[in-house]
Amino acid sequence: MKSTFLAAALAAGLAATPAMAQTAPAVLFDVGGKFDRSFNQAAYEGAERFKRETGVQYSEFEITNTAEREQAIRNLARRGASVVVAVGFSNRAAVETVAKEFPNVRFTLIDSVVDLPNVQSVTFREHEGSFLVGMAAALASRTGKVGFVGGMDVPIIRKFHRGFEEGAKHANAQVEVFMNMTGTTPAAFRDPTRGAELARGQFDRGVDVVFAAAGATGIGVYQAAKDAGRLAIGVDSNQNHLHPGTMLTSMTKRVDVAVYEAMTQARAGTWRPGARVLGLREEGVGMAIDEHNRRLITPEMERRIAEARQAIIEGRIVVTDVTAAR
Amino acid sequence: MEEFAQFLSLLASTVRLSMPLILCALAGLFAERAGVVDIGLEGKMLAAAFAAGSAAAVSGSAWLGLVAAVAVSVVFALIHAFACVTHKGNQVVSGMALNVLAVGLTAVLAFAWFREGGQTPALQGAARFAPLELPFVQTLSGVPVLGPIYARLISGHNALVYLTLAAIPLVSFVVFRTRFGLRLRAVGENPHAVDTAGISVAWLRYRAMLCCGVLCGVAGSYLATAMASAFQREMTAGKGFLALAALIFGKWMPVPTVLACLLFAFADALQGRLQGVALPGIGVVPVQAIQALPYILTVLLLAGFVGKAVAPKASGVPYAKEK
Repeated sequence: MKSTFLAAALAAGLAATPAMAQTAPAVLFDVGGKFDRSFNQAAYEGAERFKRETGVQYSEFEITNTAEREQAIRNLARRGASVVVAVGFSNRAAVETVAKEFPNVRFTLIDSVVDLPNVQSVTFREHEGSFLVGMAAALASRTGKVGFVGGMDVPIIRKFHRGFEEGAKHANAQVEVFMNMTGTTPAAFRDPTRGAELARGQFDRGVDVVFAAAGATGIGVYQAAKDAGRLAIGVDSNQNHLHPGTMLTSMTKRVDVAVYEAMTQARAGTWRPGARVLGLREEGVGMAIDEHNRRLITPEMERRIAEARQAIIEGRIVVTDVTAAR
Repeated sequence: MEEFAQFLSLLASTVRLSMPLILCALAGLFAERAGVVDIGLEGKMLAAAFAAGSAAAVSGSAWLGLVAAVAVSVVFALIHAFACVTHKGNQVVSGMALNVLAVGLTAVLAFAWFREGGQTPALQGAARFAPLELPFVQTLSGVPVLGPIYARLISGHNALVYLTLAAIPLVSFVVFRTRFGLRLRAVGENPHAVDTAGISVAWLRYRAMLCCGVLCGVAGSYLATAMASAFQREMTAGKGFLALAALIFGKWMPVPTVLACLLFAFADALQGRLQGVALPGIGVVPVQAIQALPYILTVLLLAGFVGKAVAPKASGVPYAKEK
């Protein structure tokens, strides 16, 4: 229903400006929505940056239930987008199917890999960024207990968790890491009340720094941290501004750069299929320090984290990637 | 002592999680006792959550949010009453229609008004119901057992929690100890008898739906402005239906219904804490198994332990005066 409406609207728009049809990219946001202040919002900002700089409108679609994925991607592809950017690991199967149907349409898939000649797959070394914020958590913790709240229990979220745990232990071998997953369906990425409840459960067990890798669910975690006077760590977007004073830092994942680059490359004709992996070295992941959390990060913390960052880039520290281990 | 503190924190979590269930189940109790089946609890709660989130964001006052939530929820309840009581429509269809309407309408309005993709702006300070510290927490903190119970379990909740706790005996009293309550129950069992006594069946059912609307409104406000700090699309996540299950489980009686709600909330709170914890003799249980716990419990209890749940006789039957 929603997609037919979108289709009609788009068809009308394209008929009016036939020249733009060739260059207009499309983006498909995952469950959680483009204003989740986290993962999808980063993608949205990348697309907006493209629009600002080039003046080219992009078409978009927000997934509200998993059944619409394939149809939504197919509709975007059928309309002849310059590139269809599918944001989120859950789109892997749908992109694979549709990319075979439309061998002449370019697809960029974020967070998962599809090996086809017309698909560009962008993945991130989340474990490396998580390692750094894990160190920050352990160094900032007074109780020696830090927590992790994940969204849906899938390998990519486990990857965040393992990196976080290893980073925390690297900074302080005695640190205890608590872990909760919000759920086992995509709805786990948009359940802030449950996120808050899980965070409170961890606080009651002595946790004083919590890292949420859970999309919009994280909003509840950060609020709970603020209410309890504990520290929280944001994810994907720089979320430090949400609650200055209790947001220790954010693990940034430059989904915005990936989306922006896919769109500009498609426009310039430099878009290439294949797998791109963005880690600390490529600045695809990182740890955000800005005016909102400046006073929470001591020079000593910053120094040790910068050292570890360098060591990871040079390969002296190897952070376990749970998805590669299989 | 550490285990005791953990247990208290588990119970406190149970209390927080049970509030929307209790409010909705009591709302359903009013409706069904009066003979109106209301599967629209979910929709009313969702619409109320949106109203609370919006009004609190605009006005900066959680209490104004509560007023707006109750108002919107009551309007929904009256629409249901208008369809089912005045026009004798199918109650399940009307309830479902209101649920669907609430899901769509809240998302569309939130998007149109706030442009944040279907959520309302994040609430700060007085726009939320903050946890209250009851008096004497400091004085009693030295007392063993009672001190921690008072500080962690009884104190430290928000105003709506205490309001809800006060509502439980009040509802019980109204339904079982007042004239209104007696007539309400009668109209759910045998509306003809009530009609013969010269009392308006429709007016009674309308009043029952009013009570239902008010309670659902408080539940929605609790979700958006106390538990969370904004309205989020589909944030009720099936709690309205769980409340209906609790109502059946509690056999349409206030106290057993509240206990059922507490049980569901306890299972929910427990699953958050069992994750990643090695249980003696079992080891670490997979997350999936633990997260299924509340549902397994629900099925087991509903299937095995409830016994025969007899609904109010006239529940779901529109009343038509004999001509």
